[in-house]
Amino acid sequence: MFLSLAGYLIYFNIEKRDEINSNANNTKQESKQEQIIRGSILSADGEILAGTNVDEEGNETRLYPFDNVFAHVVGYATNGKAGVEAEANFDLLSCHASILDQVRNHGLDTKVRGDNVVLTLDSKLQRACYDALGSYSGAVVVVEPDTGKILAMVSKPDFNPNTISSDWETLISDSSNSSLFNRALQGQYPPGSTFKILTTLAYLREHPDDYQSFGYDCNGSISRDTVRITCYGGEVHGHVDLESAFVHSCNGAFAEMGMGLDNEAFKNVCEDFMFNTELPIGLPSSKSLFSLEKGASYGEEMMTAIGQGNTVASPLEMALVAASVANGGNMMKPYYIDRLETYDGDVVKEYRPSVYREVMSTEEAALLADLMTKTVEQGTAKKLSGQSYTAAGKTGSAEYETGEEQGTHSWFIGYSNVNDPDLAIAVIAENGGSGSSTAVPIAKQIFDSYYYNYYGE
Amino acid sequence: MTRLIIDISRYILIALIVVYTAQCYLAFFRKDEDAREYMFLRQNVVMFCIHFVAFMVLYLKMEQAMLLYFYGAQVLYLLAVLVFFRNLYPRASKLIINNMCMLITVGFIMLTRLSYDQATKQFQILVAGTVIALIIPVIIRKMHILTRWAWFYAVLGIGLLGAVAVMARVTYGAKLSLTVGGITLQPSEFVKIIFVFFVAGMLAKSVEFKNVAVTTALAAIHVLILVISTDLGSALIFFITYLMMLYVATKDLRYLAAGFAAGAVACVAAYFLFSHVRVRVDIWRDPFREYEGGGYQVAQSLFAIGAGGWFGTGLFQGSPGAIPIVDQDFMFAAVTEELGGIFSICLILICMSCFIMFVNIAMKLTEDFYRYVAFGLGCLYGVQVFLTIGGAMKMIPMTGVTLPLISTGGSSLLSTLISFAIIQGLYILREDEEEELNEEEDYYYDEYYEGEYGSDNYPNQRYPY
Repeated sequence: MFLSLAGYLIYFNIEKRDEINSNANNTKQESKQEQIIRGSILSADGEILAGTNVDEEGNETRLYPFDNVFAHVVGYATNGKAGVEAEANFDLLSCHASILDQVRNHGLDTKVRGDNVVLTLDSKLQRACYDALGSYSGAVVVVEPDTGKILAMVSKPDFNPNTISSDWETLISDSSNSSLFNRALQGQYPPGSTFKILTTLAYLREHPDDYQSFGYDCNGSISRDTVRITCYGGEVHGHVDLESAFVHSCNGAFAEMGMGLDNEAFKNVCEDFMFNTELPIGLPSSKSLFSLEKGASYGEEMMTAIGQGNTVASPLEMALVAASVANGGNMMKPYYIDRLETYDGDVVKEYRPSVYREVMSTEEAALLADLMTKTVEQGTAKKLSGQSYTAAGKTGSAEYETGEEQGTHSWFIGYSNVNDPDLAIAVIAENGGSGSSTAVPIAKQIFDSYYYNYYGE
Repeated sequence: MTRLIIDISRYILIALIVVYTAQCYLAFFRKDEDAREYMFLRQNVVMFCIHFVAFMVLYLKMEQAMLLYFYGAQVLYLLAVLVFFRNLYPRASKLIINNMCMLITVGFIMLTRLSYDQATKQFQILVAGTVIALIIPVIIRKMHILTRWAWFYAVLGIGLLGAVAVMARVTYGAKLSLTVGGITLQPSEFVKIIFVFFVAGMLAKSVEFKNVAVTTALAAIHVLILVISTDLGSALIFFITYLMMLYVATKDLRYLAAGFAAGAVACVAAYFLFSHVRVRVDIWRDPFREYEGGGYQVAQSLFAIGAGGWFGTGLFQGSPGAIPIVDQDFMFAAVTEELGGIFSICLILICMSCFIMFVNIAMKLTEDFYRYVAFGLGCLYGVQVFLTIGGAMKMIPMTGVTLPLISTGGSSLLSTLISFAIIQGLYILREDEEEELNEEEDYYYDEYYEGEYGSDNYPNQRYPY
């Protein structure tokens, strides 16, 4: 009985302590600020994203040299905490420097420096994404397909963490912009045609041998019961097979496909891709939702197949879909902290890539990759073609209606360097019109800056 | 500089308590009386060192002259307890005295750190309680009549609990205390002891089914009154203690099995019948979901234990004050936060050493009544420690009982002191018995030790030759 108590205490210290220490309600760390100077947050390329300056009188100020660029990821440490500042609070206020150092500092009654948190994000790529999204509200997420490292994550509208205290009242009272909200993780957007990647996968699974004989005659719209679905911009695609339907994003063809799918199986495909599941990211995020029950109406089935209806997805979710295709069917677990270091650079803890799940077979991934490559070469994402790098992807023009307001979100998800993918990306520009017109050029600007070194080597 | 001293002090405190704890257990294996004596003395030295180091840190942080006097008073008290017990009752178990003093010392340290006022109040009760405790062994020794009052104990116990249920003030959602002439008492703390006497008295008479049934019914009344008063922790303590005593008396596993089955059914029933039980269980499942409500306390306790880690934050470096009523139900969390997980594990082991001693003494007593009393008091102590520590760590749902000798609460302190004193009385009684036997046979038996751990050396088995 007593030994079980002792045993549980040991178990608690080994297994549960980290979780408890980083619990959002835990304010125990505050007291450590009296002895430890909050550590810095660094980008993968060594830039300081958040650091504490101590003046001669010992006053500490938290500085964010990149202002708005890393706002949502890095977060803030006054007026509550958010982002990495919140999630890594315990680490930033822990000191693993050598005992000798700590004793010397204690002896002198000076503070020790807390550990630094090094992110997986690259400052140049982040800046490229930030600039490329321009004045659009929306988000960009870039993931490294074979590791799951988040290389960039931008959400707009944004805020400046340096002036958050003085801007606080404005920020929280402005509900139309919700600038504090990290759209890349918490946004729930209709995925539009980018979702056709998953519809196609579900179709491939049900028609492994005869998917090539799929055919549909597009006359610009399809009606069933009371629901009428048109192709974007009233386009008429004529006769399409699976490939041309995907490449040109023919809504009619996919609506037809959707009505033939087994809804349960479709749902399972999506849930494998983390729909209806918390993203394992360790930052506040919203679930992506997919709901299509057995016996749903034709209208619902058609809407769902083209990424409208009740389906919503976060930008990170869609970036992971693209990354899984790029990585041959293995979805990597996304992460954003690369390692913890002492203030003088000794590694305290390193985070390693891990496979989240094999979401599809290599053959399925290859088929989708081929469709996405053709979309860039000759379809809706053609603006990405003809560069020194290759790319693959899928556009989306997701129609939305919130109250009075209606419009079209512009989506692109895809990846660069088709043979050995470097970057998997999801771009969403709110009310940006068609995917081809807005999101694709944004993605192009990001890829260009990456391959042509716009922001330096 | 102060910080450096605090930083070093926490390692010193841990090292000292580890040494102390190790000696608790090594003593079980030492056969040589002198070596054991020496070991117990060394434990006292270690204890005073812990006391000194901790109060030095407290003084450095609090910088109040009063603290020096308080420290002096405590040293005097501890010395007096050790000296008095040793001289008045040379046969008393030194390990139990040492452990009692050690736990009191830890209590002094943490209470003084949490609230100086509370600590001084506690100290007064402690001194008064100790005086009472010093007399008890005499009473046990002289008043053999105590063994025959089983019915009286039952009436007294049920009466007191009933009075509480009807008249008590509600504190923290449970009816616990009774105010008589300006002094607030928690009768359930004392009824625990009376209850053990009652059960021992009944079972010592006979273990016939009829008698067992009557005893069980009366015991059930105790438990029911406590459940109705919403004092769930005490109800559980009474219940388990009764079952264990019944088992020891009857040696019949069927009673034990039936008891636990009934207990399980009762727990489930209580969960559905009483909303306060449900609340406790819900909090236990996920204290963070109802963080703003009932879960706050347990969540803070977990934060405290988490912040402490293995080595603790050092005295005054944590914030155990964030836990509501930390000085009673969550003392364990406070100790773990500032003195560290290793210190707490040692504390658990010291409590275990007390429990082992209690049971050990019980095993060696010849008279049924005394044996059951010793065993029952041991169970009370063991279950209480388990409930409070397990609750603070969220290993089991929180039941709101105190950590004996360490938490504040006069009634709890007094009743624990009395239990310890009764055990001492029984221990001395046993030594007396031995002496009588020895004199009869004119044979001095020297190798019979107080704490032969694991041996089932009943006194009457000692004379095969």
